[in-house]
Amino acid sequence: MSNLPRVVITGVGLTSPNGNDLQTFRKNLLAGVSGVRPYNIRHVGDTVAGICDFEVTRHQKRKEARRGTRAGSISVYCAREALEDAGLRIDDAAGTVGGRAKSRIGTYIGITEHGNVETENEVHNVSGFDFDLSFWSHHHNPRTVANNPAGEVTLNLGLTGPAYCLGGACAAGNLGIIHGMQMLQLGEVDLALAGGVSEAIHTFGIFASFASQGALGSHEDPTKASRPFDQSRNGIVVSEGGCLYTLERLDDALARGAKIYGEVVGYHVNSDASDFVLPNAERQAECMTAALAKADLGIGDIDLVNTHATSTNLGDLQESDALRRVFGDSHDGESRVFVNNTKSFIGHTMGAAGALELAGNLPAFDDKVVHASINVENLDPGCAHAGLVLGEPREVSRMDTILNLSFGMLGINSAVIIRRI
Amino acid sequence: MTRDEVTLAIKDIIETIAPDEELVGLNPDERLRDQIELDSMDFLDIVMELRKRYGVQVPEEDYKELASLTSCADYLGPKLEDVELKVGC
Repeated sequence: MSNLPRVVITGVGLTSPNGNDLQTFRKNLLAGVSGVRPYNIRHVGDTVAGICDFEVTRHQKRKEARRGTRAGSISVYCAREALEDAGLRIDDAAGTVGGRAKSRIGTYIGITEHGNVETENEVHNVSGFDFDLSFWSHHHNPRTVANNPAGEVTLNLGLTGPAYCLGGACAAGNLGIIHGMQMLQLGEVDLALAGGVSEAIHTFGIFASFASQGALGSHEDPTKASRPFDQSRNGIVVSEGGCLYTLERLDDALARGAKIYGEVVGYHVNSDASDFVLPNAERQAECMTAALAKADLGIGDIDLVNTHATSTNLGDLQESDALRRVFGDSHDGESRVFVNNTKSFIGHTMGAAGALELAGNLPAFDDKVVHASINVENLDPGCAHAGLVLGEPREVSRMDTILNLSFGMLGINSAVIIRRI
Repeated sequence: MTRDEVTLAIKDIIETIAPDEELVGLNPDERLRDQIELDSMDFLDIVMELRKRYGVQVPEEDYKELASLTSCADYLGPKLEDVELKVGC
């Protein structure tokens, strides 16, 4: 990608509905373990969701967690876990992390939305006081500003570099990675904490809105509610989660002998400009093609596409159409790409989805196994692709390059390409 | 509420707001901020909890009266005389 510095992933911190670290997450993806469970939220009642059970007080004082937001707690957990995984030691006395000044560390967190949870909570709170706004919390503004999750990370770690969130609907996780990489390439920072988070299951509004749209997933067995590509799919399973990476310039990572998960070799972001919610296969295909061009790769170089598919009727069809436009429909010709989907295990982790779903596939560079898409009992012919891995994981002979897709409302499309080093 | 109960009520609120702090052994005459980690947002929380739990309004000019446990009891005692203690809210 031009002559800009190369950027690599050196650490992963995550919480997913089926695992609070990469090893557990990966193990469950290979074992077919879903993280979707029964869930109840006020005004909506019984539904299903992907719920995370990471230990909040592992990295936060109880007061921090009380004062902040769920998205903040998820972000702090992921940031600390990523640094630990990367072997980057925090030295408060020296004001450094892994030897880099805290002022040279950037925090870039993708979010689908932020503030709905706290606003609903406050409206609920004052409803108990006849809407007397003197009972409205003074914590509301710092909890709902759009930079809250990133800001909580800086407060927890004492980081003084740039830190903010990128609002990108459900493409946001990829945006975090892309932005972190760009800031490293520009020399703005020496280390980036980058990815995405979601606290979505704590707002009833998101469930209600998907229900009104006819797009809230359900099934008598909660673990089967998220079933992209299945003929009987009936909508999205809302989930919380988070994934932040430590990104470093390749030279810096090599100099310190870091473990390298992969290099960010290509990316693209574009817009449908066609509808508030309905996706656009043509633009999605353009997004993939542009990312391939930036990476200077052909379709034959991509070994795995991790799809965005959310288990909605039209969304899955459009993405499958886009895939065929770019990769054709065969697996033995020019393209030998495999295709899978992570939401079938964990539901839709919204702002976290792009980063988290990529994480679940990075270990494939080592174990050469493609995790499956589960819950497809009857494949929708419109979603068929020769490379689709269904039901059981598949061992493959080559796994060097992954294309990670994430799309979102208002027609935002993102693609990130990671290559094994 | 007796004077002791007022102190108990305040300590219970602080326990909610500052759950990481050890409240046993607090010197009642010393400023709370000098003994445990409490910032201005925490004092607003204390004011909010007094309002929610006991219906007590503490105007901004009186915030200084909440500096220590003793000054809290002095200030809130008369206001909470006819109010029942609620702990563990």
